[in-house]
Amino acid sequence: MSAVPGQTVGPFFHLGLEYPQMNELVPPAHPRAVRLHGRVTDGAGDPVPDAVIEIWQADPHGHVVRQPGSLRRDGWTFTGWGRAATDPDGNYQFATVEPGPTEPGRAPFIAVTVFARGLLDRLFTRAYLPDDAAALAADPLLAAVDAERRQTLIARRVDQGLVFDIRLQGAGETVFLTYPRLRDAWA
Amino acid sequence: MITQADIDQEIAAAARQPGGPQPRIDYPPYRSSILRHPHQPLQLIDPESVELWAPAFGHRDVADDEADLTIQHAGTPLGERMVVTGRVLDGDGRPVAHQLVEVWQANAAGRYRHQRDQHPAPHDPNFTGVGRCITDADGTYRFQTIKPGPYPWRNHLNAWRPAHIHFSIFGTDFTQRLVTQMYFPGDPLFAYDPIYQSITDPKSRDLLVAQYDHDLTTPEWNTGYRWDIVLTGSHRTPLETEDNA
Repeated sequence: MSAVPGQTVGPFFHLGLEYPQMNELVPPAHPRAVRLHGRVTDGAGDPVPDAVIEIWQADPHGHVVRQPGSLRRDGWTFTGWGRAATDPDGNYQFATVEPGPTEPGRAPFIAVTVFARGLLDRLFTRAYLPDDAAALAADPLLAAVDAERRQTLIARRVDQGLVFDIRLQGAGETVFLTYPRLRDAWA
Repeated sequence: MITQADIDQEIAAAARQPGGPQPRIDYPPYRSSILRHPHQPLQLIDPESVELWAPAFGHRDVADDEADLTIQHAGTPLGERMVVTGRVLDGDGRPVAHQLVEVWQANAAGRYRHQRDQHPAPHDPNFTGVGRCITDADGTYRFQTIKPGPYPWRNHLNAWRPAHIHFSIFGTDFTQRLVTQMYFPGDPLFAYDPIYQSITDPKSRDLLVAQYDHDLTTPEWNTGYRWDIVLTGSHRTPLETEDNA
């Protein structure tokens, strides 16, 4: 069956997609909370003030949790999923916990989806944790991309958090992903 | 000032190039796309475990009455009352069950309940234009709402969007995530709209147009539209079910 095409999320997505605590996978005061944040910029280097970023990740033990409750957060349940809108300066932020490796030796990462006005279909990418050099060196995706672009997939560690900037176009353009079934469906 | 005639020429030029089923993310007639699409080709990669699952949603997340956009306020919204329903399927024809569908739309006059929408059409105090539901075991979603109006935007002089409802859909895999728009059959604005025309393959464009369904139309109450949403195939093997994972 033919997959339906995407269309832009538009400028008024706040109306339909926004809800309280959508960017808090854990409460910010959680003892293991980290602030995952970054800036979304366009091909001119200007901030994109009307983007939506979604993340989906394993828990600190590397388990892919299957828990509802992302929309009505109870303050306890970790669902692994969150959504953030960019502010007028193109910045987004999440309160989350760092994912563990899903298998021993694998590089842990946070899966990221990007939507924006002007972007006719969503983009996928990954934000890898920066710490495990051996796992990063062995990662199939990182090995598949040019060395100078690899850094766009790796979050930067700062005090109390991780920085993952997203450049939609041009110098330092983020590596965006497609998957085999997508390629087949859309070939 | 860029006129509709300029944009029409660009749309016609783009239509002469062979098009795939997805929108061109580089589609200059939609001016906002110019600086916001990647130049580099997308990197093909096999999904890993976390990407083989999607976030779970359930009745803890969504109340049943959130699927009725006409009962969110004290009064009755103005406009053509309608039902929009259909099935969410994956590329292998399997129902996408128990997944979140979110919608947002303009009111009957073509205005969003959003501070940045300054189109001088009236707000409707009884219509916000936001709904959510969880697909049932059969992959079916259903919303009760009001038909949205077309509205102007500032892509170029005299730019108007065809009436549409925004849909956000989750599949069973992270890789199936989709945000798109549902349109209405026979809209005279289709040919002029660079967002709709960004899908240059006509058959694929038609997949975004709902069908009027008289069996969904209820006497003295509402019209009915049917729109099925096909996501891409799941990357998981068919043997692996949610029960044993």
